[in-house]
Amino acid sequence: MAVEKILLHNVDKPNSHKLDTYLAGGGYEDLRKALAMGRDDLVQLVKDSGLRGRGGAGFPAGLKWSFIPKDPSLQKYLCCNADEGEPGTFKDRIIIEKDPHLLIEGMAITCHAINSDKSYIYIRGEFEYGAQILEQAIEEAYEKGYLGKNIMGTDFSLDMYVHRGYGAYICGEETALLESIEGYRGQPRKKPPFPALAGLNGKPTVINNVESLACIPGIIRKGSKWFANMGPEKSPGPKLFCVSGHIEKPGVYELPMGTTGREIIYEVCGGIKAGRKFKAVIPGGVTAPMLVEKDLDLSMDFDTMAQAGSMLGSGAVIVMDDTTCMVRTSYIINRFFSHESCGKCTPCREGTIWMTQILERMENGEGRPGDVEELERLCDNIFGRTFCPLGDGAVMALRGCLKHFREEFVYHVENGRCMVKGGF
Amino acid sequence: MLSDCAKEKIKKIYGNYSDLHSVSMTAMQIVQREIGHLTKEDLIEIAEMLDMKPIELDEIGGFYTMYNVERPVGKYHVQVCENLPCALVGAEHIITVIERHLKIKVGETTADKRYTLSRVQCLGSCGTAPMMQVNEEFYEDLTERNVIEILDGFE
Repeated sequence: MAVEKILLHNVDKPNSHKLDTYLAGGGYEDLRKALAMGRDDLVQLVKDSGLRGRGGAGFPAGLKWSFIPKDPSLQKYLCCNADEGEPGTFKDRIIIEKDPHLLIEGMAITCHAINSDKSYIYIRGEFEYGAQILEQAIEEAYEKGYLGKNIMGTDFSLDMYVHRGYGAYICGEETALLESIEGYRGQPRKKPPFPALAGLNGKPTVINNVESLACIPGIIRKGSKWFANMGPEKSPGPKLFCVSGHIEKPGVYELPMGTTGREIIYEVCGGIKAGRKFKAVIPGGVTAPMLVEKDLDLSMDFDTMAQAGSMLGSGAVIVMDDTTCMVRTSYIINRFFSHESCGKCTPCREGTIWMTQILERMENGEGRPGDVEELERLCDNIFGRTFCPLGDGAVMALRGCLKHFREEFVYHVENGRCMVKGGF
Repeated sequence: MLSDCAKEKIKKIYGNYSDLHSVSMTAMQIVQREIGHLTKEDLIEIAEMLDMKPIELDEIGGFYTMYNVERPVGKYHVQVCENLPCALVGAEHIITVIERHLKIKVGETTADKRYTLSRVQCLGSCGTAPMMQVNEEFYEDLTERNVIEILDGFE
């Protein structure tokens, strides 16, 4: 499946992270073009492109920008969400490490569109290498006048800073991210007010994912129609899929939105590892409920995945073969959520721990009669009752697994061991 | 005692933010990077610099898992990802291999204070799983053999 690469256009070049390499490929020309455009026209262009947020929620990017008040006396911020932490996701990292100037250019264009002169890249602390690459790239951009005062001789000025998280998945939630930049524990804020009105330091703020921002220069260069015409009408554009698990060729692949799971697994990634049989796939990071064989021909886009009871999320495709025990899988996923619950609200803080304790004893062969029903009751009591989507995510993942593989949980309780034979 | 070098680095980023409170996370990172952990005394000194209360820094230190407040770690902090994409391709076996090789369990430090072993959540390297982070470096595509070579290769 050969497609023209827009997001991964530069990543295979030698020294792809250097400014010279980026400039040789026409880098920062889209910023020049954007600076000659009116702000409203820019926002409209991105609206027309149909770009939806690549962090997981799929909110229309242009619409998000349009919520920012136009009052020029107000300080406004752009925060790039580079807190890539949804298990299975490793797409933003490749842009950060291999093509940081694509991100910086996308951010500069976005800042011009929303009339912001101050921006932060919130990167997870574990990506220390990526953070250093970004800092070097920002320094290069300042030296050559792509950041700083009066960029390209215009009245547009922009400062950009890297802010490292330090080990908290919840900071990928946009208001928790803002708390973290302000130097607090990363616990989500009540919405409304939404960040577009009261975000960082109480000022209007746009928070966009790395991949979303990396799409912007391409939209300027090739136009909104080019973007809108790729893939499904309501969730168009190129998409980075990160494929991991029991798969022959794991990696990050740039494909049109709407590519099917079957195409990704069998045509792009060479099929299930060691020729084994497919069992299930998580389409968008561990939060996304798993799908089974009959779902493989569905279009991988925001709306189709939602209709199928799952979500596209970050495009993190985790493939599982027929050796996979679903009790063990659920235990690992829930252990993650209980570890990462921020502790702000009770249903999530306590509920995820209870779920993990039950799954752990099932996994250890010590499941008790009624445990499966207890898990289902817990799901009902957590879902929709948590402060932010983390608790819901834990429930969605477990419900997805129970929906397709409930008999494996019952077997585990009754027999104290896995129903599946194999390695995992 | 904060080193002069750390203090200088902290002061250098004051201008990045609209107030000193926002400097706190980065300041703690700068200090921790020097010896691998933070002491209560460090937090008191940082708090003084930033016009904050030490308890506010303690809160940050307790919330974000990468801060080691009053928790010294070995010279090499070996952190193996235990999440699903890594687990599907053998992370548990890698942890067992490391435990046997270093003769410690997860959460422990070797007697010579060289290695501490921890389990961590997804580090965004799922396409090159299983993987681990040692201090600030990532080591990917781990196998039973290369993980031992990597660990023994440290000075």
